[in-house]
Amino acid sequence: MSQSTGTRRGFLKLGAALGGTALSTPFIARNALAAEPIKVGCLLDQSGPLGLSGQPMLQATQYAVKVINDQGGLLGRPLQLVVYDTQSSMQLYTQYAQQLALKDKVAVVHGGITSASREAIRPIFDRFKTLYFYNTQYEGGVCDRDIFCTGTTPAQTVSHIVPYALKNWGKKTYIIAADYNYGHITAKWMTKYTREGGGQVLETDFFPLDVTDFSATISKIQQASPDFVLSPLVGANHLGFYRQWAAAGMKSKIPVASSVFGLSNELNSMDASVTDGIISAFGWYPTVPGAGSKSFLDGMTAMFGKGLPMLSELDSASYEGMMFWAEGVKKAGTIDRLPVIKALESGITIDGPSGKATMDPATHHVIHNAYLAKAEKAEWVIQDTYPASPPADTAAVCDLIKNPRMDKQFIVNVD
Amino acid sequence: MDLYGLVGFNILVGIGTIALITVGLGVIYGMMKIINLAHGEFMMLGAYATYVATAHGINIWIAMLIIAPVFVGLVGLVVERCLIRFLYGRMIDTMLATWGLSLGLIGLMTSIFGNDPRGVSTPVGSFSIGHYAASLYGVVIIVVAVLALVGLYAMLSMTRYGLIVRATMQNPNMAAALGVAPPTIYMATFALGAGLAGLAGGVLAPISGVSPVMGAAFIAKAFITVLGGGAAIVTGTSLASGLFGFIDTFVSFKSTPVIGEVALLLAAVVMIRILPQGITGRFLRRSL
Repeated sequence: MSQSTGTRRGFLKLGAALGGTALSTPFIARNALAAEPIKVGCLLDQSGPLGLSGQPMLQATQYAVKVINDQGGLLGRPLQLVVYDTQSSMQLYTQYAQQLALKDKVAVVHGGITSASREAIRPIFDRFKTLYFYNTQYEGGVCDRDIFCTGTTPAQTVSHIVPYALKNWGKKTYIIAADYNYGHITAKWMTKYTREGGGQVLETDFFPLDVTDFSATISKIQQASPDFVLSPLVGANHLGFYRQWAAAGMKSKIPVASSVFGLSNELNSMDASVTDGIISAFGWYPTVPGAGSKSFLDGMTAMFGKGLPMLSELDSASYEGMMFWAEGVKKAGTIDRLPVIKALESGITIDGPSGKATMDPATHHVIHNAYLAKAEKAEWVIQDTYPASPPADTAAVCDLIKNPRMDKQFIVNVD
Repeated sequence: MDLYGLVGFNILVGIGTIALITVGLGVIYGMMKIINLAHGEFMMLGAYATYVATAHGINIWIAMLIIAPVFVGLVGLVVERCLIRFLYGRMIDTMLATWGLSLGLIGLMTSIFGNDPRGVSTPVGSFSIGHYAASLYGVVIIVVAVLALVGLYAMLSMTRYGLIVRATMQNPNMAAALGVAPPTIYMATFALGAGLAGLAGGVLAPISGVSPVMGAAFIAKAFITVLGGGAAIVTGTSLASGLFGFIDTFVSFKSTPVIGEVALLLAAVVMIRILPQGITGRFLRRSL
């Protein structure tokens, strides 16, 4: 199928919809394409340091595709996943992104884990006019009409963690963050919310992803003696902090809250004596009640067996991202980029694992439920629920309806 | 005052850690002149040996102090027989071969255990210095590092095997003429170095976590310390880890771990410029 007939079909469809006869896909065109699957691209790290997060994300994506195909696919066509393993390497992200856009000509790409990888591939999909879904909780602020971000942002998570800590633990905090864009921007949000809550940030330290020895930092934290520690630390090496923190006997003295802890099976890979008491907030936990959550967990277990790690928001967001796109395609009646974007901008709501989730037209981020939970005996025990949390951080600066040509990431300013 | 105690203790732990991750490489690179880029992966194997052993209910002390070094020593033996013995005297080739080996080991362990980091729980608790708390495990690291260095020193200087090893490393042909079989000695020494790497991996497993890619975090520091130490492996390793460990921990405490790492590298660059043969290339030349 050439590009031009697709556009013409989309144009016809649009004309038909405007004419008031919605749902009318030209009969002949639909039959002609019935056999041809819709290609859906997926870029997730299956190996390397990020493979641990990427593997269940891919499984959730495969599960979502299976659910859609079991219901007869989209527009009468089945979905076909085109998956590349980016191996935790930025170079492979850019290489495979071009391949998906130019060679495979996929209808949409889901993927990217770290913010660094998202910023590496986002311009490529912009340039080659490929629709892109980023399904990871991240630091917020991406304002670009070609991308939809289905994970939570600091306004949905950090904004709940910090007040909880200020209320229950005290006013002074010490921030330890990963040394790349996610850690820096999240640390700024943490500083902002702490100050707004009347608290004080004693110190912020950044750690490259290969740091494993935190003994000097643990001494520094003790010297500063904060009431609690906020940690956007990322990756397997940084887990050493939690181990050394517990080993130094600090866990019973100064509590820790994190914006990332729990996204990589931490509660199963570390002893409960290390993880107990850590606070986090995400859009979904396996312990979230509700039918959507249960059917997602049951479906994943039925498809992949008992070998699954503890699932997290990364996986529920990957599932929801695919479902959002599917709803957009259904509503647009085509897989063409612009009609699908317009359909998604009409405020589509889906019922996902985390409950009702709505695509915010102005920011291309998702309004969804957020949860605050505490680790107890290797389980996330939900402490609080924040229904229909808006992506307020991005909404404050980004309006794609007014400025559809906007293409940048806003970064919060804290002095 | 308590704070000085705490920082002092941390500096000792930092020195102990560097000494521990370096001593195995000191044997393999410093003595045998094999650029072992798989050193970090040998440590990783030691950490996995500890993890698997403790998961099967074996006492953690036995797991990390005996099983890890013995297992990795045996792996080293096999590696030496299958790969390294063809490459003696070809330093650049050893680099390529061991780099391949390290990639292979990472891939092998990933396909067996998966990508996820595993944990080994710390066997000891914490203690307090004034009103500051520190991990007792730091004491374990210091003690093991000291024992490893003292043990290596005693073995090289006081035993017959140590004498033969030193002779073989210095002049294999002469040693052979005197009735020693250099291939056997090389094999045993490589296994010894691998075993020490395994010991380091086992001992550091509880604090760093266990994952197939963990070796990458240690390899650069180990090489810098060996180069900084120079030809005499025990004295050189001790002095260089003392210097680098002090700089790294102290600067990390005063500023951030990033600056600490920068200070360490800077110190290493300056030192290699002033002492191209390492510390023991200029001072204490006759030491071990």
